[in-house]
Amino acid sequence: MRMTNTRIFSALALLSLAACVGLGGCGPTDSNSGNASGGGGGGARSAAAGGSSAQAPESAGKGSEKSPAAAPAAAPAAAPAAAPAAADEILIGHYASMTGSEATFGQVTDKGIRLAVEKVNAAGGIKGKKVRVVTLDTEGKESVTTTVVTRLITSDKVVALLGEVASSRSIAGANVAQRFGIPMITPSSTNPEVTTKGDKIFRVCFLDPFQGYVMAKFARENLKLSKVATLYDQKQPYSTGLNDNFKEAFTKLGGTVVAEQAFSGGDADFSAQLATIRDRGAEAIFVPGYYTEVGNIAIQARKLGVTVPLLGGDGWESPKLAEIGGKAIDGSYYSNHYSPSDTREEVVKFVSEFQSKHGGEVPDSLAAMGYDAAMVLFDAMKRSPSLGGADLAKAIAATKDFKGVSGMISIDAERNARKSAVVLQMRKGKAEYVTTIAPQQ
Amino acid sequence: MNAALQTFFETLINGLAVGSLYALVALGYTMVYGILKFINFAHSDIVVLGAWIAFVLARSLGYATPDAAAPWYAGLLILLVAMTACGAIGYAVERLAYKPLRGAPRLNVLITAIGVSLFLQNTGQLSFLFGASPQRMPSLLPDTPLLTVFGARVSLVDVVGAGTAVLLMVGLEYLIFHTKLGRAMRAVSYNTSVASLMGVNVNAVISFTFVVGSALAAAAGFLYSMKYVGIKQPADAGWVMLGLKAFVAAVVGGIGNIRGAMIGGVMIGLLEFFGAAYVSTQYRDVYVFALLILVLLFRPAGLFGRATVEKV
Amino acid sequence: MTRVAPQLDDGPAAWRFVPRNLAPLGAALGLALLMHFVFQPAAGSFASKLALDIAVNIILAVSLTMVNGFTGQFSMGTAGFMAVGGYAAAAVTYYGSFRLYGSPNPPAGILSAFGDPTGLPLPWLQSGDLMFVAACLFGGLVAAGAGYIVGLPSLRLRGDYLAIVTLGFGEIVRVVLQTSERRLSNAEQIAGTPWPKLLTHLGGSLGFTSIPYFTTLFWVWLAAVLTLVVAYRMKRSSYGRAFLSIREDEVAAEAMGVCTTKFKVRAFVISSFFAGVAGALIAHQVQSINAGELGFQRSFDVIIMVVLGGMGSISGAVLAAGVLTVLPELLRFMADYRMVVYALALIVMMIVRPQGLFGVREVWEVGPFRRRAAGSGAPGGGAT
Repeated sequence: MRMTNTRIFSALALLSLAACVGLGGCGPTDSNSGNASGGGGGGARSAAAGGSSAQAPESAGKGSEKSPAAAPAAAPAAAPAAAPAAADEILIGHYASMTGSEATFGQVTDKGIRLAVEKVNAAGGIKGKKVRVVTLDTEGKESVTTTVVTRLITSDKVVALLGEVASSRSIAGANVAQRFGIPMITPSSTNPEVTTKGDKIFRVCFLDPFQGYVMAKFARENLKLSKVATLYDQKQPYSTGLNDNFKEAFTKLGGTVVAEQAFSGGDADFSAQLATIRDRGAEAIFVPGYYTEVGNIAIQARKLGVTVPLLGGDGWESPKLAEIGGKAIDGSYYSNHYSPSDTREEVVKFVSEFQSKHGGEVPDSLAAMGYDAAMVLFDAMKRSPSLGGADLAKAIAATKDFKGVSGMISIDAERNARKSAVVLQMRKGKAEYVTTIAPQQ
Repeated sequence: MNAALQTFFETLINGLAVGSLYALVALGYTMVYGILKFINFAHSDIVVLGAWIAFVLARSLGYATPDAAAPWYAGLLILLVAMTACGAIGYAVERLAYKPLRGAPRLNVLITAIGVSLFLQNTGQLSFLFGASPQRMPSLLPDTPLLTVFGARVSLVDVVGAGTAVLLMVGLEYLIFHTKLGRAMRAVSYNTSVASLMGVNVNAVISFTFVVGSALAAAAGFLYSMKYVGIKQPADAGWVMLGLKAFVAAVVGGIGNIRGAMIGGVMIGLLEFFGAAYVSTQYRDVYVFALLILVLLFRPAGLFGRATVEKV
Repeated sequence: MTRVAPQLDDGPAAWRFVPRNLAPLGAALGLALLMHFVFQPAAGSFASKLALDIAVNIILAVSLTMVNGFTGQFSMGTAGFMAVGGYAAAAVTYYGSFRLYGSPNPPAGILSAFGDPTGLPLPWLQSGDLMFVAACLFGGLVAAGAGYIVGLPSLRLRGDYLAIVTLGFGEIVRVVLQTSERRLSNAEQIAGTPWPKLLTHLGGSLGFTSIPYFTTLFWVWLAAVLTLVVAYRMKRSSYGRAFLSIREDEVAAEAMGVCTTKFKVRAFVISSFFAGVAGALIAHQVQSINAGELGFQRSFDVIIMVVLGGMGSISGAVLAAGVLTVLPELLRFMADYRMVVYALALIVMMIVRPQGLFGVREVWEVGPFRRRAAGSGAPGGGAT
């Protein structure tokens, strides 16, 4: 008896906790006008109207007994999918890692996309319609990604997709998008394989080979280095890809990679790797990776007496880099799409608008890429004769010299963005412009 | 030769420093397993909470700017508050989630632990709590080198970190082997029903175990974030791996065995660092799990555990 | 006393033998065809994708039930075996289609075709489908082999050690697969590389991508129902009683002449086989497989299904697989709070029904019409 009481008490306490969380969830979600996906508002409305009438009788017909088939059929009937697009609305889908280990990347990209949507709506929308973005969480998993992308395309009926930072998930999403003929633009997946999935898949960022080449060229020709070590994250395809490409380009330019060391994303200690690099006498360390790790790496390098500069890619770009790395990161170089201190009109406006919307938070490169991906898509939508997949894809492919935050974006025949990269140096906690490197011919 | 010695001592110092933190975390796993016979998968999330509570405290006290000098007692104060807060959270978790399942199959408790872990991770990640981006832990302990051994720096952070860990472990050792409460804990872990017949308040002892384990985890989280100042977001894979390694340390030392957990923690730390330095950095997680499997195959009860004979 | 049976008995014995063994196969085929040709067009792509995920989770949950539920052992290696099976099968179909057809797109019949297949004049089966089936079986066998290697030594131990060893195994598999060589995509290079070497080119940190698309509702539901049949027969046979006896009392089982280690290893190997098949199936649906995603957290997802369904209840595992696949999708409207609420729901479910949905019984043994029988027949849930 006592046991039952304890159980009921606990269950009630947990349920009330859930209720608190739920209510707490509604508050900020509403006031932020859709930090959460469109599903929040749409849920209630669509419960009745959600176009599931077709399958309901189906499940009643054959799945009544012990057949497990009843379960899936019931699912969409009850699923509070986002409301289908109203007549004066255009829906676009964004799939991103909003929770899990890589939540930062998805959340920041989503902020950039939402800023773009707000801007385009404030300017009157597209073809007289407002744009609404539905964001669904991939939890950082490929298997969830395919489910979510299928859902965006077939139940939410989005006309285009934006998605994923991680190349592995962009590839999974691209397979689905291509199969359904829905155009997809990935904001920041740099692996070459992503856009090979078909004629509907585009990107607005660099490719790994280009960025690897940029840093190799910069190290070899501007810094005149001949011995460089690399330290890469073996769990991140972004990092392994950049590492391979840098190594190849740097060797081709006549330099040697004296040490190639790996770590696993999530590691906090890099002393073993850095000690090896120190003993091999490297003149710089190429650290392709995200700012989440680079800060710790820089601090430990200085602690171990490694004073050579670190080199990196666009994954470094974040105000957190200087915050975590502090003095240790000063003097290091990284390549990026743009410089946040750039005086170009697009950059200044983007940074100030982003800051005023998010309490002074400085946008990182993922936010800028999300913003640019959305803007390229909207630009194509305006030019496209219809919002059908084929027309829209053609319009995106025709993008030429689009003035984005991350520079002039032109989509080439392989559906990749062709643009130059800037190299920045960290000086006193600020990223300062050093040089621009154009794509090789 | 000199460089080789330097690397050796650096590896040794780091291995010991991190190993002692693994040991602190491992104690929580081993104590809970000793009494309730289930793997508390939410334990690593208490470590995370310890680090993040310490960060929030330090920031609100105004030590967040890199150059702000914190007085020596600030770190101690923050450590104690974080330990108390995590102890309270540990108590609440036990009371709300695990206690109703006393007597239920162990697998259920395990899944509840997974539920608690998911809950803590995803709640911590919410924007109004800790958020999903990494932060810099204000350096409450200056990173000054105390002495140099063959070129390897022994810094204050390492000494204070390992020292605090050892101090806490000595305290725990005293608590468990020299106090009445400790005797009750051992009695419950030896045989719960007999202990309760002897007048031991089993529920109170279990709750107390969770409080102690969580407080130690918080201390580990705090010390870890002192050493590695870029603290990862609550759901980062790095924390899970930290927890797993500590758990492996507990198993290698003989799960349920307090001293075994301490030695196991240091062993795992040394193995990981020496493996990374002298074999290959690619497989540093593999060494740990390979050791686990080897130990279990040849000494199933762990290095210091006593083999139990199943009675009919 | 007036039975007709004797008259039939001198008829062909095989006549009675055949339907009893083929009926489940027929049912599996029938359901799979129904799902593919009726459910999929009617319910739409998203519901079909969920149905597909459910079937994969059914295979996983039921396979784990064989270890955790039947023999009472505790394995945390499901994801590891999925990874082993998935990568092995992916290597076979990907490199195999280069070797056999010279392109990464092997021919596929109507059963492996995506979307509404009615309009396409495709043959029923093509050689590509056979390669796919063979790859899935191969993946299962490799996983079973891995299961044997892991299980044989660790199943001699008692307690949670199997869980801990399988956890370690899974993490090692993850690291090794993540550090594998890049996938080859050049046809000439593939043709010139011997098979053993090809098996080291598994995609590394990006995961094995560009796997041919084969898995449809037909294949998964066929596999799911066959898994169910195997599990049910295993549970009901006298052979299967040996498994259950280990769960109930290992010492007593040994005293009754059950070689517990042998039976535990058998259950473990069979379970690993199906986990490997599930990994192979999902790899050919997502068209990529990534070891980074198949850490021990993925194993937990499956363990949760088994426990929620009730230890050893096959139908319970099926139901739990369905519920836990759909639940996260239903909670999507909560956005950031979704996983928080899911976690709380999990805790509450465990507290309110610690014995799982149906305890150790099957669905049809619960409820008003079988109350009396269940009371005497099956032991109460959560007895251990």
